[in-house]
Amino acid sequence: MTAIAEPASLPGAGEPGLRTRFGWAVSDTLTITRRNLLVWMRVPAYLMFTVIQPVMFVLLFRYVFGGAIPVHVRGGYVNFLMPGIIGQTAAFATFGTAIALAQELKKGVIDRFRSMPMARSAVLAGRLVADTGRMLLTILIIVGVGYAVGFRFTNGVGGAVAMVVLATVFGLAICCISAYTGLAIGDEESVQAFGLIWLFPITFLSSAFVPIPSMPGWLQAFANNQPVTYVINTMRALALGGPVEASLWKSIAWLAGIFIVFLPLAVRAYRRAG
Amino acid sequence: MSQPSILVEGLTKSFGDVHALRGIDLSVPHGTVLGVLGPNGAGKTTAVRILTTLLRPDGGRAVVEGYDVVRDAAAVRRSIGLAGQSAAIQEELTGRENLEIIGRLYHLSWPRARSRAVELLEQFGLSDAADRAAKNYSGGMQRRLDLAASLVGQPRVLFLDEPTTGLDPRSRLGMWDIIRSLVADGTTLLLTTQYLDEADELADEIVVIDHGQVIAAGTSEELKGRVGGDVVEFTVPDRRRIDDAVAAIAKLGEGEPHADQDTGVVSTGVGGRGSAALIDTVRALDSAGIETAGLGLRRPSLDDVFLALTGHAAEEEDPPGKRKRGSRGRRRAERARSAPADDADSADHDENARATS
Repeated sequence: MTAIAEPASLPGAGEPGLRTRFGWAVSDTLTITRRNLLVWMRVPAYLMFTVIQPVMFVLLFRYVFGGAIPVHVRGGYVNFLMPGIIGQTAAFATFGTAIALAQELKKGVIDRFRSMPMARSAVLAGRLVADTGRMLLTILIIVGVGYAVGFRFTNGVGGAVAMVVLATVFGLAICCISAYTGLAIGDEESVQAFGLIWLFPITFLSSAFVPIPSMPGWLQAFANNQPVTYVINTMRALALGGPVEASLWKSIAWLAGIFIVFLPLAVRAYRRAG
Repeated sequence: MSQPSILVEGLTKSFGDVHALRGIDLSVPHGTVLGVLGPNGAGKTTAVRILTTLLRPDGGRAVVEGYDVVRDAAAVRRSIGLAGQSAAIQEELTGRENLEIIGRLYHLSWPRARSRAVELLEQFGLSDAADRAAKNYSGGMQRRLDLAASLVGQPRVLFLDEPTTGLDPRSRLGMWDIIRSLVADGTTLLLTTQYLDEADELADEIVVIDHGQVIAAGTSEELKGRVGGDVVEFTVPDRRRIDDAVAAIAKLGEGEPHADQDTGVVSTGVGGRGSAALIDTVRALDSAGIETAGLGLRRPSLDDVFLALTGHAAEEEDPPGKRKRGSRGRRRAERARSAPADDADSADHDENARATS
């Protein structure tokens, strides 16, 4: 082994400036976003998960279970149901986030990206942007389906827009959790199973589908104090009118907490990936 | 430049109690091929992951094209290309799209990314399949696309981690031709492999790694010289008599004969005694009443080298407790099992490769 003279490593020749680096980070994020959307459009299973499944839920609850669930909401159960379904749809859309990242990790795609001179932030950022985009599309489709089965916004356009925005921000927060689980677990089947274990309970044990007072007391204690309920209650108030403030602040606090905890965890899991 | 293209000194890396690398030294001159040879779990992949900035070493240092892999990781990334053990391509996208996206991520303009993709598809014989989804490619085509992707940025140093593991023999030969043509352009190549013939075929220099340490280094010829002369080899068709055959020739060779209980192949190094040893072997086997097939004298292969160096054959499985890939190895094993149906073919190869390794 020949010894080599110090300094052994040259300074990073031609290191780009901050502005160029920022420009590249944006352009890399857009490239990854575009790539992810292209992939999404070509996998029928993803479309199934994110569009057809929520439509089936709307029809199921509207026409099968809905008649048996008494609610005191103007417009009846369908108006109660739709904000709940939309919130659940946003949360379930993040299955795709976790699965896609786990697949990319397993296949070595993330290794390749990490060995390239691209922006380090772009893979996660592009994933979140693409998944938020498709989530928003799904939400709009579900709103359309809701209208077809009798749902109506009764709190004006501003309320309706605010509800969609809140649902999307909520979905993005859940997306951070899913991105973390996808990268940390790293195995497609386990990720899928784990997603079911936490996403089903937190969405069903909430105010999304039934009024919480109809649940047994011990369950009410959980359902009344968990973030999905706060978010759904806020969405419902925004869509249909009624007091927003209390549940809105709690929603914001929970969502901020989720971002603060899980975004750094996801970034760390990405850095250590593989 | 007198500095080598890749320089590694005293590199160590542990995962918990598992010491994947226990102080590795490597030096690869510009434009040459280093073959890193070793069984599964020897530490090859860990070394590649450190050199490609994916893992931080615990100790020692690694310099690629003059840049330290820890302090100047970004500069290293601008100099290298990596093709890992699986085809790191997006199967839902076409070959062309895969390469164009990689080009964009190397900050090529759109027209340049497009033309680079066309060049590489042409070079790797994928032009006809350019607009088909990569999931419909054969295992060999996927590997070629993956290799093409690692070259989009025109790297000066290329790392190939087991580039032919899981490929059928024909695809393997095709891959070798492609790798040879890359090296002809002056790219420095570090190639890991479990296949001794592959290192023999492609590498200028070979290092043999076992249990996280370099146990031998040199050219293929030098390593073969370590075995010392020729090898007498024959097959015992009746597997029950393998041990008798080993006993019969135990005194004839230099060191212990090696017998493969599955294939019935028995071999022993005979130094410079060549044909005399061959005659002695025939006599010994004949008087013991053992039938053989394909008895002959041959030059030592790298298999013999590995056996002489480590006491076990290169393609024998490590003892279970000594597997060093941790969760990554498990994940890959799971992938092989859980591969979707249209991938079953390549998954089978994978499993076969692992079963024999």
